[in-house]
Amino acid sequence: MKGSDVNIEGVSKSFGDFKALKDVSLQIKKGEFFSLLGPSGCGKTTLLRIIAGFETPDTGLVTFDGVDVLPLPPNMRHANTVFQNYALFPHLSIFENVAFPLRIKKVPNKEIKTKVMDYLKLVELENHAHKKPSQLSGGQKQRVAIARALINEPSVLLLDEPLSALDAKLRQHMLIELDKIHDKIGITFIYVTHDQQEALSVSDRLAVMCQGDVLQVGTPHEIYESPATDFVARFIGETNLFDGTVVSVEPMEHPKAAENETMVTLDIPELGRIKVTTVDNVAPGMKVSFTIRPEKIAISTEKPTLNRNDINLFEGIVDEPIYSGFQTKFYVRISENAVLKVMKQHSNYSDEGPDIVWKDSVYISWSADDGYIVEVKQS
Amino acid sequence: MKPALSKRNYGPLYAGPIALWFTLFFAAPIIIIVAYSFMKKGLYGGVEYVFSLDAYKALANPNFVTITIRTLLTSIVATLLTILIALPCGYFMAKSKNQTVLLLLVIIPFWTNFLIRVYAWIAILGNNGFLNDMLLKLGLVKDYIQFLYNQEAVILVLVYMYLPYAILPLFSTIDKFDFSLLEAARDLGATKFQSMTKVLLPNIRSGLFTAVLFTFIPIFGAYAVPLLIGGKDSYMLGNVIADQLTKTRNWPLASSISMVITVVTTAGVMIMLALQKREAQQQKENELSGNVTTMEEIDSASEIPAGTGAATGGAQ
Repeated sequence: MKGSDVNIEGVSKSFGDFKALKDVSLQIKKGEFFSLLGPSGCGKTTLLRIIAGFETPDTGLVTFDGVDVLPLPPNMRHANTVFQNYALFPHLSIFENVAFPLRIKKVPNKEIKTKVMDYLKLVELENHAHKKPSQLSGGQKQRVAIARALINEPSVLLLDEPLSALDAKLRQHMLIELDKIHDKIGITFIYVTHDQQEALSVSDRLAVMCQGDVLQVGTPHEIYESPATDFVARFIGETNLFDGTVVSVEPMEHPKAAENETMVTLDIPELGRIKVTTVDNVAPGMKVSFTIRPEKIAISTEKPTLNRNDINLFEGIVDEPIYSGFQTKFYVRISENAVLKVMKQHSNYSDEGPDIVWKDSVYISWSADDGYIVEVKQS
Repeated sequence: MKPALSKRNYGPLYAGPIALWFTLFFAAPIIIIVAYSFMKKGLYGGVEYVFSLDAYKALANPNFVTITIRTLLTSIVATLLTILIALPCGYFMAKSKNQTVLLLLVIIPFWTNFLIRVYAWIAILGNNGFLNDMLLKLGLVKDYIQFLYNQEAVILVLVYMYLPYAILPLFSTIDKFDFSLLEAARDLGATKFQSMTKVLLPNIRSGLFTAVLFTFIPIFGAYAVPLLIGGKDSYMLGNVIADQLTKTRNWPLASSISMVITVVTTAGVMIMLALQKREAQQQKENELSGNVTTMEEIDSASEIPAGTGAATGGAQ
């Protein structure tokens, strides 16, 4: 089984006045686990349905390994879909559900038997072959849907929010299963989800979509660490996002600094002056947006000793601590209209100092390296 | 004692009126017909209260056999045609956004009396009727065509009359059908036609059963349509019964022919019920074993492979 390159070029699709996709282009590589991530209504499912053949784009091109697939009906494309609601045939047993594509192809009975059992083994359901879909739990149904979609040996597997109907624990489990299956068979996976955790944890690359546009394509690390737009920064993980103005740009003194990396001082109305490093080409006077992830901010009740000049330090009051077991999120008020989210892991014995509680006065600090300039809004 | 009293089951009491109604107007007439069919024919109509199998012996008459077979064939053909037309109608209605309007359109014919609708067909199909008029005026034919008074006309009007009875149950089951299953079938390699026959039809069986029963049973006992639309050779059992009652005045024979209709239609219902019951039983057996599965699933979900603890750690 070999995967296909999937090329999407300038695809647009409207439903009446609603523009579901606006000139979307994506290059998905052979064997990649590629996610389409975005909030509901962003067009990700429409794009998947266009690739599967259930919708026809108004403009644009979709190719598998360079071959135009748009003229082909769904049953003629080497892509199979795992549907959001599983779409198992309720009148057929698990065995017959998985055998369905082979029966359509009129494969001999003997061959069907061995092949179906092989695929049921792949998803660890060989003991449930005789059952009806209604007797299976959500996770099992999901696995049947995967086996059924894979048995035709497609070169592209399309997954439409396949885990959204499962509870959180099972979802984690299935996600690992999916990743294992992907490693084992090595075909192209295109995975649609609105859950950034899912997308970040399994994808080789992902595309963040919003209102029919692709905002950013990149590896999970790139998307998280270097969001291309404010929307991406806000949508992926939690963040603190501010607009500011560039005050000064200085070359980096640090020997490990990247070639074109500069130390920028920003004036942020809510915070005051902060330092941030960037490789973007910015000049004094530019309006930019700035982000700092909550987990990159240190919090303490005592004033930290600063032996570096690139640390941003603020004093604040804990507005709201939110305890969630392995970590606590603090909303720290810096000024009248600036509240920063700070994440603190509950780590281990080496942690010192008293617990930070509601209304405590705290110091928060972060390195200029950890901040990030998202967009240049006006130069 | 008081709590026990308040918990008394009043079900039978509530069901009383309808039980009385059915006994008086449904069970009693059937018993009378069964009884009459085993009696001797009265001289001037009515029956003599003497046991006799004459009425059943008379059924062996080749004439009756021919009419019975014709009735059966007509009913089967008309039912099949009705279902074939009703299926796409029901499908379209279920997919439509204007379900209320379409439902109303299906029901509108019921606002006109059954007989009037039959006469309307005569007005359309008659030798001087609307259709022939049109054809003559358009110069498509030189002389009128004999549309009426044959088997085809009977089937046409029967199909028209009973179409709503097939559309409604089909629509209501197709409406509950999960159309994404058709997409799944297409995705897995089925052509459009295969997705219909292999996925849609098996999943709307209950609606098909109901539609078949709702059309076959009344058509098998049809009286007015073959009488008014049909010719001499489109007589059906219903017409023979009427003749025996009113013209020949052989009430036992009319009753025994009624019994033929009752037996045939009851057999049909029984077969369908048995099929559905068997299915339900299978389902039930499956579900009993299904509960165990769910437990297994819970176990297997917690047996997460080593090295993945971090991902599920929070939930453990």
